Amino acid sequence: MTTLLSDELLANIGRQSAPHRELVTRRDIRKYAIATGNRQRKYLDGDQAPPMFHVALFWDVVELEDLTPDGVSIDTLLPKFPLERAMAGGLKIDYLKPVYPGDWLTATRTLTNIYEKHGRSGPLIFYETDLRIANDAGEQVIREQTTRILR
Amino acid sequence: MALTERLAGANVQVGDELPGRELKPDNVQLFLYNAALWNAHRIHFDHPYATEVEGYPGLVIAGPMLGDWLNQCVEEWLGNAGRLTSIEYSNRAASYIGETLYSGGKVTAVDPASGEVQIEVFIKNEAGEVITPGVATAMMER
Repeated sequence: MTTLLSDELLANIGRQSAPHRELVTRRDIRKYAIATGNRQRKYLDGDQAPPMFHVALFWDVVELEDLTPDGVSIDTLLPKFPLERAMAGGLKIDYLKPVYPGDWLTATRTLTNIYEKHGRSGPLIFYETDLRIANDAGEQVIREQTTRILR
Repeated sequence: MALTERLAGANVQVGDELPGRELKPDNVQLFLYNAALWNAHRIHFDHPYATEVEGYPGLVIAGPMLGDWLNQCVEEWLGNAGRLTSIEYSNRAASYIGETLYSGGKVTAVDPASGEVQIEVFIKNEAGEVITPGVATAMMER
């Protein structure tokens, strides 16, 4: 069976983003909690960050000219794949420590795997990323592992 | 008995259902959510683009927002009686502004020794299809 995955493509496994350090603010927590319809006072008041606040904290803040015409920012961790249509993927998040306003958090993302499977409708490419978020004391706060599927 | 008291009494049982919630996000909420992220993807705010160029029936509700609602479903049930320690989910099907969605879940495993509880959570659409299934783990306070 032929493979879509060249050695050159597979050589991207292990590729890591530059560490990204951000400050957690009460204002950003409040915006996130309100926008998600959260009903818990500690989050609406910004006293603590709700689960998944890290999604907003570490979303790439790109400049206008770096957005594609459909408004998307290019994920620079990923190589160019021979299949491009994204299908549903999944993720797993571990919450290891609570997050509070004033915390400085550093995220590092790694491309941990690329593999293919042959489904009934043709080949599929899977890739996995591992996002690790640590505080300034070096303690791991959140870990997020994702799997995405391309067809 | 209040929910938190019942949980604190370690009386969580397999099959216990989490309170359901009806969710009807509108354009304003979806806009604020994506603004909070810095997500400018047109499928979430540009109706002609979403329908005419991408062929969607409407503005697409952001996948991670559905994921967030699973977290909220678990945390509201837990109250102060426990702590959400992990969640996994996948966005299986898209949903659109104008739809009414429902979150909920049930306890699938309880380990009295460690206090760990496993919960199956879901977002369903009006047709009753699970569009975002998930599994959460919580640690009960002891």
